Amino acid sequence: MTTHTVLIADDEPNILVSLEFLMQREGHHVLLARDGDEALALWRTHRPALLLLDVMMPGKTGFEVCQAVRADDAGAQTKILLLTAKGRDTDVAQGLGVGADGYMTKPFSTQELAARVRELLAT
Amino acid sequence: MSPAATLPLPLVLAASLAWLGALLAVAAWAEKRAAAGRSVVASSTVYALSLAVYCTAWTYFGSVGRAAAGGPAFLAIYLGPTLAMGLSWLVLRKIVRIAREQRLTSIADFIASRHGHSRALAALVSLVALVGVVPYVALQLKAIAHGVVMLAGVQVSEGLIAAVAALLLAAFTIAFGTRQIDARERHEGLVAAVAAEAVFKLLAFVAVGVFVCWGLFDGPGDIAARVAADAGLAARLMPAGGASGFDFAGWTALLLLAGLSVLLLPRQFQVAVVENVDERHIRRASWLFPAYLLAINLFVLPIAWGGLLLLGPQADADSFVLALPLQAGLPALALLAYLGGLSAATGMVVVEAIAVGTMVSNDLVLPALLRRGAGAGLAARLLLVRRAAIVALLALGWLYLQLAGESRSLVSIGLVSFAAVAQFAPALLLGLYWQGGTKAGALAGLAAGAVLWAWLLLGPALAGSGGVPLAEGLFWSLGANLVLYVGVSLWKPPQGAEAAQALRFVGALEPGAAERVFWRGRVRPGTPAALAALLERVLGPGRGAALATAGEAPATPQQLQQAEALLAGAVGAATARALVATAAEAEPLGAADVLRLADEAGALHQRNQQLESLDRLKDDFMSSVTHELRTPLTSIRALGELMRDAPDMPAAQRQRFVGIVVDESERLSRLVNQVLDLAKIESGNAEWQPERLDAVPLLARAVRATDGLFRSRGAEVRIESPPAAPPVHADADRLLQVLINLLANAARFVPAGQGRVVLALAVRAGKLTIEVSDNGPGVPEADQAHVFEKFRQGGDTRQRSGGTGLGLPISRRIVEHFGGRLWLRSRPGEGATFGIELPLAEPARAQQGTQPGTQPGDDRDPADPRQETTP
Repeated sequence: MTTHTVLIADDEPNILVSLEFLMQREGHHVLLARDGDEALALWRTHRPALLLLDVMMPGKTGFEVCQAVRADDAGAQTKILLLTAKGRDTDVAQGLGVGADGYMTKPFSTQELAARVRELLAT
Repeated sequence: MSPAATLPLPLVLAASLAWLGALLAVAAWAEKRAAAGRSVVASSTVYALSLAVYCTAWTYFGSVGRAAAGGPAFLAIYLGPTLAMGLSWLVLRKIVRIAREQRLTSIADFIASRHGHSRALAALVSLVALVGVVPYVALQLKAIAHGVVMLAGVQVSEGLIAAVAALLLAAFTIAFGTRQIDARERHEGLVAAVAAEAVFKLLAFVAVGVFVCWGLFDGPGDIAARVAADAGLAARLMPAGGASGFDFAGWTALLLLAGLSVLLLPRQFQVAVVENVDERHIRRASWLFPAYLLAINLFVLPIAWGGLLLLGPQADADSFVLALPLQAGLPALALLAYLGGLSAATGMVVVEAIAVGTMVSNDLVLPALLRRGAGAGLAARLLLVRRAAIVALLALGWLYLQLAGESRSLVSIGLVSFAAVAQFAPALLLGLYWQGGTKAGALAGLAAGAVLWAWLLLGPALAGSGGVPLAEGLFWSLGANLVLYVGVSLWKPPQGAEAAQALRFVGALEPGAAERVFWRGRVRPGTPAALAALLERVLGPGRGAALATAGEAPATPQQLQQAEALLAGAVGAATARALVATAAEAEPLGAADVLRLADEAGALHQRNQQLESLDRLKDDFMSSVTHELRTPLTSIRALGELMRDAPDMPAAQRQRFVGIVVDESERLSRLVNQVLDLAKIESGNAEWQPERLDAVPLLARAVRATDGLFRSRGAEVRIESPPAAPPVHADADRLLQVLINLLANAARFVPAGQGRVVLALAVRAGKLTIEVSDNGPGVPEADQAHVFEKFRQGGDTRQRSGGTGLGLPISRRIVEHFGGRLWLRSRPGEGATFGIELPLAEPARAQQGTQPGTQPGDDRDPADPRQETTP
């Protein structure tokens, strides 16, 4: 299992706690952000391999962070997985429209999420 | 003989203008009240009085003239309406109901709609109305001019004064009635002014009557005795033979004419039908309006006989009302009498001109404009047309006066107009009760009636040669009209649209009539195919299959109804009806129909948008609730799974996770409770137990309830309150809920370890104020407007854990339920203050100023953010 740097951005501290634990258990190095701006700043300085982005965040939303990363040449290879508590079809479409690699609805299964992350990082 | 006293002409003119101004002021006042939601026309008395626009200058001056000429025959003109009003609950109510349901704004509109929305019929009715009321308008001008000349005793030509009066009245009418283009909008100001005018003319006339009876004679008995003593007068006024000298035909004609015109005159239709706001008003009008007629006729005979006795049998009886006070040297009373007559004339001219102007513009000019493809600026042009029609009507009235007026007495001029509008009776009244009437019948009957009227009545009136053969003219014109209406209708029974409208009109008072849709009569062969094609076009392929079966047979009523119901779901009922009618009969839609459809489609569209936006709101709310529910569930599920998958997790780690799971579960329960609470409050199903309540003890309870929260944040809470406060009307548990919510909010936002929260209660300006102030970061100005919205949590996310985003919306609704308000004032960096303001319970209000315990800081301005209670 290769170690990657994973950036987790969510405005809910307890969700950050669980995701941090999960990604560490998967053997990754974890960066935490509480909002979209912080996430973007951390991505610029650390170039993590994977972003786990909550959609509804203050400042920049997950969609906006995703767009900003994809607009940057360096961001083309970054894997992005959007997490959202809004499960409407239009949200999914919008998420994939801005260039995310995947989309998961909260509450998610930790095992499924871990599997998706493994899959994304393997390609 | 010449009057004994006169008034200066400028005074008469100034008084006239002042009275017109007063009427305008009444109208403006009524419209202002209507705008404020306190409409004066919502009164059945005002409605009944507005019907008295029936009494014009003709009543005012002319009935005395008629009484002087022929004894009590004048009464027929007032018995007719009285009899007609006896039937008003049956007839008038039906007309009002139909007009409201089908949004009909004139008698032309009404008759045309009854006969399948016939444009030709609408135009003909408008034309007859326009020509028919011209003599009547002329009569008003003549009365005004004659009055001015008599009062001022000047040798100015009556024609000149009539021209000035016509111009003034035209301007006055335009100011009154054509400010907006939508004829459906009622003229509240106009109705109020007409009601005021009705009261004034009655008072003025009664004043003259009282003066004649008891000022000039020793009561009505004295007048009668003196007439009886005068052989010549007695023979003229008291025919001894009874029935032998009784003109039966004349009486019947008068009764019939007067009874019909109380409804059929354009101005009567306007006030009785178009301006009716509540059909229950008709009940009161059915006795109050006849009572008014009786009152205004009470003194007609005494004035007429008194005039004959004092002024001589050759004097002009039409002007006795003015001549008697002048003769007696009472010019002030004469001026009052003149103003009463002017008032009667003005009311008539204004309402008549508005009604006829609307008909002329909508039914004669608008179709022509539409045919020429007028689109942009149509409304402005219509308004112009309507004003032009008003000016034209008055100009025609003046012209008529020049041609015929000088030679005729007031009464015969008016009767010519009555006979013209009586021609509407067969199509309108039979049309209300007989389904068989057709457009062709109505056109034929009305055309024949109008031609005979012009030949037998208008011609002689204009020529001024001898008397007008009223009974004869009425018999032939109305008889031909009736025979043709019935005959032509029977000869060729109603077609689809006519039959449908006939059923809607005839069955209007039956329960559920408004919802019913009728299709009957002959339908073009092959229509099922046309209907099927229509359904396919509107609803999509395959939808017309149900109807496409029959071959060349005409569609059955059931098929028409089925098609209409299918279409109505997609395009609305009105459009559906028109589409089906077009497909089934290939009858092109009239211009008025197209406009009406556009109107209704507009209203429908607006309603749809309202529903859509409501839907969107609900959708947004559901989506927010979903989001807020899923968020704590996410932590709970993730942490639960992680603990399940790691049995060897260190105890401290596990303990931390379990703590989070418990916290998030609590948050979830809170959220569920609050969503339910809010739903209950918003749907009105919440249970409230309001009582007279001293809020002071609640403060301590609220602080105790949030004690743990504050302690965990290391914050301090202080209560600033008098020992007792005047009671408010509120539910203790609900108010406590609000206080706890505000305190919990404050606890979350104060700086850890240094939090200072003040809970302050005060009474000022008759209100109880409770404020919760904190020394947190405050609320940014941009967010202040949103903190009371659902799921709009303020502040940094680090501080809002545990908040649901519903506490403040619920609190605001609770406070508003008690008639108070919840507000926020905050300056970023200087903390936030949430305040509740509640009205004091009623009896305590009176003594609020003497309440003990109010503190020095209590008169702070809640809007002033500088005055903080936080130290």
